[in-house]
Amino acid sequence: MTTAKTIAVAMSGGVDSSTVAAILRAEGHQVVGLTMQLWNQRRLAGHEGMPESVQGRCCSLDDVYDARRVAETIGIPYYVVNHQDRFERDVVRPFVEQYLSGRTPIPCSLCNNHLKFDQLLVVAQQIGADVLATGHYARLEFDEQLERWLLMRPTDRSKDQTYFLFGLTQDQLSRTRFPLGGMTKPEVRELARQHGLALAQKPDSQEICFVPGGDYKAFLDAYLSEQGQAPPDTAGELVTSDGQIVGEHRGIHNFTVGQRKGLGLATGSPLYVIQINGDTRQVMVGKQEELYSRTLRAHRINLITVEDLQQPMRVLVKIRHRHEGAPAWIERSGDDEILVSFDEPQRAVTPGQAAVFYDDHVVVGGGWIA
Amino acid sequence: MRRVYLDNNATTPVLPEVLEAMQSYFGEHFGNASSIHHHGQETRAAVERARESVAALVGCRASEIVFTSGGTEGDNLAIFGLLNSLSNKAGHHVITSTIEHHAVLNSCKHLEAAGGEVTYVPVDGRGQVDPDDVRRALRPNTRLITIMMANNETGVLQPVEAIGKVAAAADLYFHTDAVQAAGKVALDVKRIGCDLLSISGHKMHAPQGVGALYVRKGTILRPMLLGGSHERSRRAGTENVPGIVALGKAAELAQQAFARGDLERMSAQRDRLEQTILGEVEATGLNGKGAPRVPNTASICFDYIEGEALVIALDLKGLAVSTGAACSSGAIEPSHVLTAMGLSPERARGSLRFSLGKQNAAEDVDFALELVPQTVARLRELSPIFHRAAVNS
Repeated sequence: MTTAKTIAVAMSGGVDSSTVAAILRAEGHQVVGLTMQLWNQRRLAGHEGMPESVQGRCCSLDDVYDARRVAETIGIPYYVVNHQDRFERDVVRPFVEQYLSGRTPIPCSLCNNHLKFDQLLVVAQQIGADVLATGHYARLEFDEQLERWLLMRPTDRSKDQTYFLFGLTQDQLSRTRFPLGGMTKPEVRELARQHGLALAQKPDSQEICFVPGGDYKAFLDAYLSEQGQAPPDTAGELVTSDGQIVGEHRGIHNFTVGQRKGLGLATGSPLYVIQINGDTRQVMVGKQEELYSRTLRAHRINLITVEDLQQPMRVLVKIRHRHEGAPAWIERSGDDEILVSFDEPQRAVTPGQAAVFYDDHVVVGGGWIA
Repeated sequence: MRRVYLDNNATTPVLPEVLEAMQSYFGEHFGNASSIHHHGQETRAAVERARESVAALVGCRASEIVFTSGGTEGDNLAIFGLLNSLSNKAGHHVITSTIEHHAVLNSCKHLEAAGGEVTYVPVDGRGQVDPDDVRRALRPNTRLITIMMANNETGVLQPVEAIGKVAAAADLYFHTDAVQAAGKVALDVKRIGCDLLSISGHKMHAPQGVGALYVRKGTILRPMLLGGSHERSRRAGTENVPGIVALGKAAELAQQAFARGDLERMSAQRDRLEQTILGEVEATGLNGKGAPRVPNTASICFDYIEGEALVIALDLKGLAVSTGAACSSGAIEPSHVLTAMGLSPERARGSLRFSLGKQNAAEDVDFALELVPQTVARLRELSPIFHRAAVNS
């Protein structure tokens, strides 16, 4: 039996975080529900490429309403905290800039690092909560021998969210709880039902929360137009790996590594985007084989199981959320850089995504693909 | 848990006397005030008695009072009802201030979007409009001045009498949103020199959903709601009799409270609250310092504090206060009022509003004085900005 604590729960209005609040409350803890107001969907309505009324998921009034109802049902205090400025600075702008420089960003990891497990943790502490619990599917454990907090893959591998959590520091992990780490999604829905939560069957959210309908190109145009900026001209050439110019494109932000559609090229064999060069605005295209790389370099490293990487380590590396992970060696190759050498070449290593290192089910750490 | 409510500028509890006065109009006296039979006559009489009480509160004739659903409707009816009644539709100019309630600000934005012109007169560091700025903003096509009497966030009183003189000299209509002034300071539409004045029931211990608009005799308003000829054809819809009766009673009680000197006592408690906090807690400031204020409001800025976290932390300990204005999700936005006064966004976000009501006793202030300093100290301990500032000083 755990001792009763004051626990803040990050509530999104979805099934997972709502169930977390209900579980902790039932365990006898003093629970405070918090929802972050991060983005105003109506902001971009009517701008370039956006409809007059935008129906996105992020911070929608419906979700706040759902979270509030859950809080009322289970009998906990609930507050909405405004972190819109910080979200725009640390998540939305980098998202836009990354695309414009030819990379494919992951805003969810940035949001975890800069908002959920930073700003919200501070709020939690300030209002007297010992820890912050979220509805992420991941497990946490304190390893007595290593004297470190370990982040581990959840029981329900199909819901594994550790890829987005690799940036959490020891301090952040020590003040975090993931109560759903040992459960499967159907079990969570069943618990939600047992606790009388009306949203037990609410569908999961999939898309990037602030990009309505997942159309990031329309979002970029609308955001830049709202900021009073013309979309920068990033048009350039389509080239092959041997330097041959085979066509033109209308802007590098329209491409992501591995993409096949929308190249505007009519060739006999299928062509893929191999590389995007933000400086020269060239998009390199080539055959399927050329998409594979044996190595990658990761920057802005965060290590969880060890303080530092003293010698090469044998790990499994995930290079995107839906990647199953590939065996590789990792070794320090610079001040804040790790070289990943895969046993087998990997398809579409994409700059801007994260490379996350696993030792079986334990997250060793990770970095951003250069 | 003991709970103390010091957020009376948001809403006030219905006083027992008010509740008692309105109670019988839900069941026993249920008639439609427009009906000709006994039941209608009963409620008609009650509505008209309430109208006289409200008229007495603002210093006008009963026929000059239009009952509304609250402050927002009153402000909308005043602004659009007036402008829509003017024969020359195009290009009207309105003068307002940067610190108005959203009921006025968003109405003005709507006017602009529809092709009208609006001047938003600034305020000084104390949160007051300068009547000379209003005069300087006059244009040949100016039709209306709408400037609030007391600000909801700082409690600062605006120089409405001087603004009324500007309006009179230019032969313009003058509306004042007196929602936060009613029941806190004496209202006299003749002295103010306004043509329109809106008040709200729930800010003065009547229930939510009722308000009144003073419309000076001879001022033509085009109704916003179309229907029957209620309220002398200025506001269609069956009267909210229990609410109106309650507003009438609350107006009477407000008059009695003035006569008894209750507001001086409230002012003394408010002063004790703010002076003690300002004295005991370092790096604090009074917003609106040096300006005349309503007797119940104290807006205090706490450096190196997120007001949002402070409000939540205090609420979890039983003290209800507020910061800024809440948006539709309930999140707090940086106050447009405080930033208009020249506060940095950080200081605006670090400001808290304490507002007393008639139900508050001296013990409530004691409770706040016990909680606030210790909570601020704990939040600052956890604030990275506070530690940096402490190192640098």
